[in-house]
Amino acid sequence: MSLNKTDTEAIARSSTQAVRTRRRFDGAWLARNGVYMALIALVIINIVITPHFVSVANLRLQLIQTAPVLIVALGMALVIGTKGIDLSVGSVMALSAAVMPLYIGYGTIPAILIGVAFGAVTGYIAGTLVARLGLQPIVATLAIMVGGRGLANVIGGQIKNLNDPGLVALGSGSLFGIPYTVLIAALLLLLVMFVVRRTTFGRALEAVGGNPLASQLAGLRIKRVLTYVYIISGVFAAIAGVLVAAKSQASDPRTLGLLIELSAIAAVVIGGTPLSGGKIRVVGTLAGALLMQLIISTLVAHNIADSVAQMVQAGVIIVAVYVQLGRKSR
Amino acid sequence: MTDPLGPTIAASDQPTPALQADGVSKRFAGVHALTDVSFSVAPGSIHALVGENGAGKSTLIKVLTGVYQPDDGQLLYQGNPVSFSRPADAQNAGISTVYQEINLVPLLSVARNIYLGREPRTRLGLIDVRTMNRDAAKLIREFGINLDVTSELGTFGLGIQQMIALARAVTIEARVIIMDEPTSSLEIQEVQTLFSVARRLRDQGAGIVFVSHRLDELWQLCDAVTILRDGQLVHTGAMADLDRRGLISHMLGRDIADVAAHGATSFEEEDTITDQVPVLSVSGLQSPGRLHDIDLKVRPGEVLGLAGLLGSGRSETVKAIYGALGTSAGDVEVAGKKIRRGSITTSLASGIALLSEDRKAEGIIPELSVRDNIVLAVMDKVSRAGVISDAKVNDLVDTFIKRLHIKVSSPKQLVSQLSGGNQQKVLIARWLCTEPRVFLLDEPTRGIDVGAKREVQELINELASKGLGVVLISSETEELVEGSGRVLVLHEGSISEEISGSDLTNARLLSALVGTDRTDDTDRTEADALETTEEGKS
Repeated sequence: MSLNKTDTEAIARSSTQAVRTRRRFDGAWLARNGVYMALIALVIINIVITPHFVSVANLRLQLIQTAPVLIVALGMALVIGTKGIDLSVGSVMALSAAVMPLYIGYGTIPAILIGVAFGAVTGYIAGTLVARLGLQPIVATLAIMVGGRGLANVIGGQIKNLNDPGLVALGSGSLFGIPYTVLIAALLLLLVMFVVRRTTFGRALEAVGGNPLASQLAGLRIKRVLTYVYIISGVFAAIAGVLVAAKSQASDPRTLGLLIELSAIAAVVIGGTPLSGGKIRVVGTLAGALLMQLIISTLVAHNIADSVAQMVQAGVIIVAVYVQLGRKSR
Repeated sequence: MTDPLGPTIAASDQPTPALQADGVSKRFAGVHALTDVSFSVAPGSIHALVGENGAGKSTLIKVLTGVYQPDDGQLLYQGNPVSFSRPADAQNAGISTVYQEINLVPLLSVARNIYLGREPRTRLGLIDVRTMNRDAAKLIREFGINLDVTSELGTFGLGIQQMIALARAVTIEARVIIMDEPTSSLEIQEVQTLFSVARRLRDQGAGIVFVSHRLDELWQLCDAVTILRDGQLVHTGAMADLDRRGLISHMLGRDIADVAAHGATSFEEEDTITDQVPVLSVSGLQSPGRLHDIDLKVRPGEVLGLAGLLGSGRSETVKAIYGALGTSAGDVEVAGKKIRRGSITTSLASGIALLSEDRKAEGIIPELSVRDNIVLAVMDKVSRAGVISDAKVNDLVDTFIKRLHIKVSSPKQLVSQLSGGNQQKVLIARWLCTEPRVFLLDEPTRGIDVGAKREVQELINELASKGLGVVLISSETEELVEGSGRVLVLHEGSISEEISGSDLTNARLLSALVGTDRTDDTDRTEADALETTEEGKS
């Protein structure tokens, strides 16, 4: 007579799959994979039109230039996943770079650790303001952005040269031909992927971002989760600060890390992590960071002004966010 | 507003339906949500639309209101073929929808909400506030509600807000009003006021489509009924021609005898040994302004009912026990051991679980999968050193998906894509993972379909028989009477009465709820009607 339930379900499922294969290029697919498509397209265009694009030197350069933004963006992605935002990352970079010259006398490693520790402390302050005092993330981190830059200027004062051999090696050396900076960024990328996909902390981040009240009722310690995530973001920013200072062999508290928060947020958003929280896309963030870098370098390679490149980036951000909106309304 | 109809005179003696769907089909990603469904609501009648969750009610409503466009079939409005490409088209034509979740603007005044987008204007084009407020006040008074129309809408309860949404429908002279589960969060008196408003609209000639999971309401209010199952029409006819059993058997697609056997859900009445140590013991629980001196004991295997009107402190009581609501005094003991008050983690660790009332706001994490939602509260148990073990998660998730019959295409499906009943089961699974000794259930069957409801009720029964202590909150008195051995009635944050044993009848509980001392066998309808006539009539 009629089909039993399992049969009907099986049919429904197989027909769903059939349709899914047929309608591959719909809005949701685009929102998820658009950034990769754009990146691949841009690489192909470059291979065709840009001389010396496919050269070890050029690829190295692209990766080295992407690394600091990527590191900051990874921390940012975690924060945005909790429906937060961290505007303080640029100032934290400057701060960690500013304290290193003061402690370089104790050796390279201690100086780096102290720089990173400053990132942890500012992150802890931001996390406390957000989680315990209930300040809005944008306000709390804006305060730290302003205050942190001021503190970096007080501590660092003038631009300082950093010619400690250890730091120079970190900034310019490489292992098996891969620059340390890129290696560190890659390691942090893998670490964050692991945390998001496989750990209870990663799940808690997405849960808190998706529905804080429900997470709390499910026994998650949301204050602790929020505090940690800002500490992580601060530490990542500090690492980026150390690397940038090591690369340029100088620490300039006034300009180091300036406006990097915007690049990082852009990379995260273009990568498909919604600003509304609840979902963290790590590989997307990598693609977002690479895409932004490649846009600039492409235009620069063809002698188009920096300012034009910025406007193109603006366009990319708008398109990326629009595509994600489309997923919801479609 | 102009009258959009140029009525085609129907050949039969039937009046032209106010709104008609003719052979409508709708598919999503190849899955049929509606198959060849015809539905029509006559002017001056209230038409019930019922079916289990996933039967296609919401889809049909969305087709009728222009949210979705049908793949096949067509809509006829006042006899004329129409196609609405946007909800605004349907609204402009005169179809008004009152949703369970209010879509009004909480920060604007009541009057502004009623006239939003159609405010009376002064000659300068500014909003004529005085006229607007006067008209709004008059309208609201006719509804039998007394409130200040200049206050912000958000300051009122859900019931009032729903009334305002209806008032809005009245002012736009809607010819068709679709009420999607309007009563699910209302108090008994509010429901009756809402019904009297609905009847008035009907008498003025509007065609009303009424969706509710509270089946008893249908006979009180509706003239006709259409039943959907699995996206297909299974019955349509006069409400009076169908009895409760017939209705349920149509909805479930099981025959009457089967429904009769299971339909009247009876939880086992445990003959509890009174000297057993209570699994939950609460004494002197205080929460400033909300709870006063709450004492209760639950023995293993007992289902304790908590009754009370909205705002009586039912949800607050269980939240305070669970540690999610601040308390100023009192003790909570689990199996004789005192636990630290006000800490959710302590409560969870000592075996208390709370299924909260608001599934969407306090339950599901929409962006996470069914799997992640189920293990959310036991992540420590399924992980080592913070790293989640997929094998352990799969075990747990598979077990509960099978045990609770959760319908998912895959455990990795997003929880937000499930129907209400299945979401509720996911949440129940989340709490059962914690292996609770005390399960606090706040409206576990609200807003879920009859089939899932019965499953949940049976599950509660089963859990209790395994020795769990259950606290059951429900605004359906029948559910409490059938489901629990003892019921505490809350009134303004204190326990006003305890009803148990043979005293525990629907009528007795209702009279306790409405605060009268009548203990005769008046049924719910009469008790309610009396309440409203006393304070509701204009």
